[in-house]
Amino acid sequence: MHKEAAIREPLILGDDVTYSKITEDVLYSIEHGPTKLWKVLMTIATITALWGVGCILYLLGTGIGTWGLNNTMGWAWDITNFVWWVGIGHAGTLISAVLLLFRQKWRMAINRPAEAMTIFAVFMAGTFPMIHMGRIWMAYWVFPLPNQFGSLWVNFNSPLLWDVFAISTYLSVSLVFWYIGLIPDFASIRDRASRPVQKLMYSLLSFGWTGNAKAWQRFEEVSLVLAGLATPLVFSVHSIVSMDFATSLVPGWHSTIFPPYFVAGAVFSGFAMVQTLMLIARKAMRLEYIITVKHIEYMNIVIILTGGIVGVAYTTEFFIGWYTGVQYESYVYMSAGAATGKYAWAFWSLIFCNFVTPAFLWFKKVRTSLTATFIIALIINIGMWFERFDIIVTCLARDYLPSTWRMFFPTWVDLGVYIGTIGIFSVFYLLFLKYFPVLALNEVKTILKSSGERYKNMSDEDFKKLHPVFKKDIK
Amino acid sequence: MSEKAMYAIYDDDYVLLESAKHLVAKGIHIRDVFSPFPIHGIDPVIGLEKTRLAITAFIYGMIGVALAITGLWYFMIQDWPLNIGGKPNFSITTNIPSFVPVIFEFGVLCAAHGMAITFMLRNWTLPGFKAKNPYPRTTDDRFVMEIHASDSDLSAEEIKALINETCVLEIDEK
Repeated sequence: MHKEAAIREPLILGDDVTYSKITEDVLYSIEHGPTKLWKVLMTIATITALWGVGCILYLLGTGIGTWGLNNTMGWAWDITNFVWWVGIGHAGTLISAVLLLFRQKWRMAINRPAEAMTIFAVFMAGTFPMIHMGRIWMAYWVFPLPNQFGSLWVNFNSPLLWDVFAISTYLSVSLVFWYIGLIPDFASIRDRASRPVQKLMYSLLSFGWTGNAKAWQRFEEVSLVLAGLATPLVFSVHSIVSMDFATSLVPGWHSTIFPPYFVAGAVFSGFAMVQTLMLIARKAMRLEYIITVKHIEYMNIVIILTGGIVGVAYTTEFFIGWYTGVQYESYVYMSAGAATGKYAWAFWSLIFCNFVTPAFLWFKKVRTSLTATFIIALIINIGMWFERFDIIVTCLARDYLPSTWRMFFPTWVDLGVYIGTIGIFSVFYLLFLKYFPVLALNEVKTILKSSGERYKNMSDEDFKKLHPVFKKDIK
Repeated sequence: MSEKAMYAIYDDDYVLLESAKHLVAKGIHIRDVFSPFPIHGIDPVIGLEKTRLAITAFIYGMIGVALAITGLWYFMIQDWPLNIGGKPNFSITTNIPSFVPVIFEFGVLCAAHGMAITFMLRNWTLPGFKAKNPYPRTTDDRFVMEIHASDSDLSAEEIKALINETCVLEIDEK
């Protein structure tokens, strides 16, 4: 028997939880028809996604002149959205990799949906650099392929190229990590499936998984090593994204604090998005006994920590910008110039969303309240979008020469592409909720006896009475 | 089909683990265990050696790093050196700091995918393969031991009697 400290609260609630109950409940949505709520959400998501695809096609057909960019604003919503989505895509792998290395058992209830979110978010992030190239059919030029231009290679000194490698590695490694975890759960669905099409589909997806002892041994080894590899990967990805800015000469971007600050910000926004999605999913799928209020609270604590790091970074940026005495620094996104200038509304939105609002989570009442968490998480999502908008647009808007100072005004295409990616993301996510095992069945079952409410505080004698090994012991 | 395999079906991982310890002590060889999730501690009991997958990951990672360094040296130093932003481009050693991110990412890429592919091949879990777990419920809430009488000195009846001492749900032969 392996128990954990009694002081820890149980992670699986209820006295009637058995292995088969977990299977039943998690696979309920797969084995039954879609609910009304799912259909309604799916319809909205599909319409939004189609609108987004239309906007992207229009953009590609006409050119990026349809965006509100101008000579001063080479980047605006495109890269804002890119960084926003990549940031959201940081929670999944952080939960499944970093928390696995730290042996945090609470990750097991949320790692699967968080990883799904990561993959879809990184996928959405990837579309923005592609479409902002304008001529997307030349996107393969980012790879070092032999070519007819005297074999001119891509520039490996450039952070933009590091980004290509970082994002593609992150996406594919996360996908593999996620899929390997899914294989045994697909096998569970396969072995319960009654309809032939369902059986065939999940047989193909489960790769003939048998679940014998050696397979499980290898499975755990692969999970552990992939977690070890994914951990530095998570940190490297957003560090490299931040270097897109930090290695440039634009005031406000040229900042050595960026890599750690971006990573913390990414985790901050990622967890906020996990909260937003999880709070709806756990309710709709009646999984409140596995994704408990304790899980929500743990995630809120991560938000407090990373939000705190982000807050310190803002303060540092503001102070150092002022302390340098450099005139250009007094108009960057964290400066008195920004707080009072034409982008003051964006500056104060950022401060309100990311600096003030998360502070309420310090109160236990707030961070254990589902409604409060949901509202705060939504505000943080918005705030993190503003952070990237501020960094990009406010800094570019106040460049070295006042004669080039411009404002950025988004067009309907800017807006359409952004809203559209949220729609595409939602379509993927809803399909995931309906057709994939939402929780890591095989992982949640392993903690039932060590962290389940029914077993947790049971004495060894009671446990043995409940699970007699020899028939002679049964009285 | 030469010899029938005996399947002892349990409904709990703890009971199976304790029973396995008991049976192994009595001289029975357990060929395999099927379970819906990893049973921690079963490997040494049924005599499974540690997997060497982690070592393969290291090797793949090193191959990735070596490939990346070679490629970067060829692209940036040997084939078409360019002075970009005044960054040195005379030798791989002077220019390596700005190559580190790509070398790292490519190393991770090769290690992760190489190990994942090795896992699939070694485990023989690949798209389109048929599952060989004896009972469908071993992926839900049943825990099964596979025992072959020929693996140990005991007769099939003796083995059955020993298994029956434990809280087994059912002993099946097929």
